[in-house]
Amino acid sequence: MARFGMVIDTRKCVGCMDCVVACQTENDVPQGHCRDWIVTEVRGTYPTLEMEIRSERCNHCDNPPCVYCCPTGASHVEPFGKTVQVTANRCIGCKACLAACPYGARFVHPEGYADKCTFCLHRVKEGKDPACVSVCPTRCMHFGDLDDPKSEVNRLLGSRKWHTLLPEAGTKPRIFYLD
Amino acid sequence: MLEITTTRHNPFVDPQLAVWGWEIPVYLFFGGMIAGMMILAGIAMLRVARGEDPESFFSVQTPLLGFMLMNVGMAALFLDLAHKLYVWAVYLTFEALSPMSWGSWVLLVAYGILMASALVRIGDSWPWLARTFPIVGRLSAAVETPSRLRLLAFANIGFGIGLGIYTGILLSAMVARPLWNSAILGPLFLFSGLSAAAAMVHLAIRIFPGRPAPQGMVGGAFAAMWQPLGPRAPRAGTENALVRADVGFLGVELVLLALLLLGLVTAGASQIAAAQILISGAYAPAFWGAIVFAGIVLPIALQLLELGHRIPHTVVPALLVLAGGFALRWVLVNAGQASQILQSASR
Amino acid sequence: MPSPSRRRFLKISAATLGAAAAVPMLHQASPFANAASAAGPGTVTTIPTYCEMCFWKCGGIASVRDGKLWKFEGNPLDPMSRGRLCPRGTGAPGNHYDPDRLKRPLIRSGERGQEQWKTVTWGEALDYVAERMKKIAAEHGPESIALWKHGTGARFFEHVMRAYGSFNKAAPSFAQCRGPRDIGNLLTWGTGLGSPERTDIANARCLVLIGTHLGENMHNTQVQEFAQAIGNGATIICVDPRHSTAASKAKHWLPIRPGTDLALVLAWMHVLVKEGLYDKDFVAKHGHGFDKFATAIAESTPEWAEKETGIAAGVIRETAREMARHRPATLVHPGRRVNWNGDDAQRARAIALLNALLGNWGRQGGLFLAAGMKVAPYPFPKFPEARKPKVDNPDGRWPFADEEVTTGLREATITGKPYPIKGWVVYAANLIQTLPNEKETIEAIKKLDLLVVVETHPSEIAGWADVILPDTTFLERHDDLYVGWGRQGWAALRQPVVPPPDDQKPAWWMAKELANRLGVGEYMPFKDMEEYLAVRCEKSGIDYAKFKREGIVMGPKKPITIEEGAEIAFDTPSGKVEFFSDQLAKAGFDPVPKYTPPEALPAGFYPLVTGRSPVHTFSRTQTNPLLADLVGENEVWINAATAAKAGLKSGQYVRLKNEDGVVSNRVKVKATQRIRPDTLYMVYGFGHTAKGLRRALNKGASAAQLNTRYKVDPLMGGTSIHRNFVTFEKEA
Repeated sequence: MARFGMVIDTRKCVGCMDCVVACQTENDVPQGHCRDWIVTEVRGTYPTLEMEIRSERCNHCDNPPCVYCCPTGASHVEPFGKTVQVTANRCIGCKACLAACPYGARFVHPEGYADKCTFCLHRVKEGKDPACVSVCPTRCMHFGDLDDPKSEVNRLLGSRKWHTLLPEAGTKPRIFYLD
Repeated sequence: MLEITTTRHNPFVDPQLAVWGWEIPVYLFFGGMIAGMMILAGIAMLRVARGEDPESFFSVQTPLLGFMLMNVGMAALFLDLAHKLYVWAVYLTFEALSPMSWGSWVLLVAYGILMASALVRIGDSWPWLARTFPIVGRLSAAVETPSRLRLLAFANIGFGIGLGIYTGILLSAMVARPLWNSAILGPLFLFSGLSAAAAMVHLAIRIFPGRPAPQGMVGGAFAAMWQPLGPRAPRAGTENALVRADVGFLGVELVLLALLLLGLVTAGASQIAAAQILISGAYAPAFWGAIVFAGIVLPIALQLLELGHRIPHTVVPALLVLAGGFALRWVLVNAGQASQILQSASR
Repeated sequence: MPSPSRRRFLKISAATLGAAAAVPMLHQASPFANAASAAGPGTVTTIPTYCEMCFWKCGGIASVRDGKLWKFEGNPLDPMSRGRLCPRGTGAPGNHYDPDRLKRPLIRSGERGQEQWKTVTWGEALDYVAERMKKIAAEHGPESIALWKHGTGARFFEHVMRAYGSFNKAAPSFAQCRGPRDIGNLLTWGTGLGSPERTDIANARCLVLIGTHLGENMHNTQVQEFAQAIGNGATIICVDPRHSTAASKAKHWLPIRPGTDLALVLAWMHVLVKEGLYDKDFVAKHGHGFDKFATAIAESTPEWAEKETGIAAGVIRETAREMARHRPATLVHPGRRVNWNGDDAQRARAIALLNALLGNWGRQGGLFLAAGMKVAPYPFPKFPEARKPKVDNPDGRWPFADEEVTTGLREATITGKPYPIKGWVVYAANLIQTLPNEKETIEAIKKLDLLVVVETHPSEIAGWADVILPDTTFLERHDDLYVGWGRQGWAALRQPVVPPPDDQKPAWWMAKELANRLGVGEYMPFKDMEEYLAVRCEKSGIDYAKFKREGIVMGPKKPITIEEGAEIAFDTPSGKVEFFSDQLAKAGFDPVPKYTPPEALPAGFYPLVTGRSPVHTFSRTQTNPLLADLVGENEVWINAATAAKAGLKSGQYVRLKNEDGVVSNRVKVKATQRIRPDTLYMVYGFGHTAKGLRRALNKGASAAQLNTRYKVDPLMGGTSIHRNFVTFEKEA
């Protein structure tokens, strides 16, 4: 069974937010909320600067604290791609998962349940990339099976230096950022 | 220099996590206090079962009070839920890794234990109930055998400890919040719960002095609400015992609090930053003022003076302890949400 | 746990819908939230059409779910989008659903500019416009009515007005945007660089960006190619006072002092010539006046330029050599919105000359030769002869302007010379935010007998209108074909995806109705756009039915580089690349670009440079709920050290005041390392003052409002946007 993840090339990403807008329309994300977002990180002092731009979202962690803390099993690891998903009509809206996520990836949907990136499973099942990946004008995002040694994501991880977000949290995130 | 900007702007998540307002602190405070009351009640029941202190009521009858307070705590919890109509989903499953799932089931069992414990000497507390519903009297008699009382006592103590620790573990299981992410939170909340419980019972004794209860059904029911402890005044020494216990609990709480901070300030950058929120940050006045001074140090001093007969017994220390116990939950819940794992400035 | 099938998603949303009904909703209902409740597969149809969120005109495919617009994605057949739109294109559904849109025709009921209206029918509105136009035509002649335009929809307004004899027109896309670049290149190569620019960014080995902030400026294809160039490991040299997104990708970031770019370009050329690094074969074969050029730049040493630009001479030399190392696959981007200082055509020409020294004309990784395709025009009757010259450039005041000059038209309206302009029809050009010095625009408006604004939104200029005609968004209408020039020619189709939500009408329909009322109906002989498009396609041998399904038709593949076998020729007077321009010399201008230093700043003032946000287009998109949700107001960038000295912190509000005392709306401070300590930066297009733009009203500051002192390019009439100095006033 697959284990989906993303590899994002920060050298190519320009932070245009297309991924964010695409997610909004594809998934009818309620206004004023977002399932993905852009972080820019600037290091240094003028004029010696280094900047990394990242498209961030739920990391679909291998070791997901949000799933562990959920009292109802609404937050769960889906066998399909081992992705982290929320079953809305099981969620009681206790918000423990929001507090448990070190990435701030979740929010409370205006209808009351915890919501977040689904890796666009409905698209992936049709053989498509997630919406954010499919619209990216820089083609900096890659989606695929981390368990398949021949996948594009693994090829990229083998070819470049990369980092994940807050590895010290021990969550084993599955979005990899190429340096 | 590190400049981080994000386009994320989710309500209650940005710029800082703020998903829990007053409801969860209220729930955790009542949960901890009830846990403490269960433990105190359990100890009293053991003594009753051994035949000691047959007249003691201060803890034997507190399950009734606990039961009522439990409803307040649960109401607060319910108010916090964002998807209220789905609350039943908690009891369709048991999630072994989820403190909240454990807590939900522990609460359910605690409810049962409190209900069963409330039957102990219910005829004394609420005579109208036993008279109106003879079954209550029979059930009350059934639980009052020494062996059953002992069983009930151990259940109270065991689940009391479980509930008390759970209220802390609920927060400490969150890796994302360095301020919470310490196992000391479990015993800290347990001992804070115990001190609050002792204060609450002490307060109850003061507020509800024994008096003959109205006997009619309506009058009796109302009276029971106002007077959940029973008709007889406590024995001499009972108050002193409570105060002594409270001083002990507060002392342990103070040590645990110190250990919590020590653990944080001697750990990594995120933990140090988290500790600073309490020590010198936005919550420092509440932490030092309301929790450490007014909630622990001052009541210890006052109660020691009371025990030494330097000053008369008053409800002031009990009220301070209760306020301090709530402040502890409120500050930790809010400051903890403000704490986060920091990104390192260099890579 | 079973995986949630789509069916199950549907069930979940049905359940949550029930919950939503029972629990008080915390959020305001939005079309998106409603769509969420109805989420699920539904019936999805897809319709291709080309985008008009900006003027790059990418091909896209709209998805309609259960009759409602759902999303808009790139059309893989389209050479511009290559199947991927930019965030504005992706956010196009937000334009359709925007609650701030104009809904019905309006006629002014109060004083001009007071934004008081009565709602009227289309018949009433068009009758009103036609009557006033006829009255102006009777009193002054039809040429006294002028058209301001931007965008595809203006096409038939222009056509009908031309038929009526109203040939005066202007588009800010020339003098307020790419005009200087077009003229600078035209004078050098004999041709402009068109749109999309013929830049082979994808294959460049070295890419030089001067103020061009790709990635924030989202010209889709260029950004895609920029990412390709990064992926290929191209050397990027970025010249910008601000550490732009592009600068963060660059090997060399040159934080230049604003207004001194020409000095840098001259110094670069000096190094290439002095060190003999330029493409000598190309210059020998195709260059005209090279020796005179070399003499003219002999003094432009890196040491000299260092004093002007603040860029170390060593860096100037190093970057020049880097460019030479990769030539001819070194591309100096010509820029697009380049009307900065008022001498921009000469700067653009210098950049063209730098490209020429690198020999990249018609080369891979340089400037390729654009290919097009032939699409037959509709057989319209011939227009009547224009009886008078146009008013916008009297006596060739700007001798090299090859399009109409906006400020010239505005000035003629104010002065009534050479003849009065009494009516304006404004199509999708928010003149208040577009033209420099708002005061002059308002002065001109006060001279008018008729101001008609055709717009999707109640913009600032719409606030001054006598009649507002509510346009459809591009997703709700037909338009003319877009026939594009690029690596391969193509044609794109615009067709309605969803009906307009209210009583908005497409521009072609308005123009046709107006033509009938003006007595020039024979110039719009087709029944509707379907018929018009079908005729054009049929005459061009394009299968219209297939076109409607696919949205794109590709033209023939032709060689576009020397490597592919193309031949190059130059349509200049000398037939060569004009290093020395005799026509400029003859007209009294510098035949080789010369640098003029910017004037000194008053103490405490900073130059304000402006640029773009990737999610907004000009001042057009700030109410789009999808895009405004991401960037709802602009920020003024201030160097962190400068901010600290002034006691300013990020997130705090200030007002900007220019040297004429004009004070902006409040704007948030972004204290950052990413900008020169002596420069401020702001995204333009914000700071709306039109009451109807509820979502954008008073959000951020308007750069246009602060542009009261502007210089005019003597060659072609371009007006500067970066010659205003501002200081900040702290918000109490």
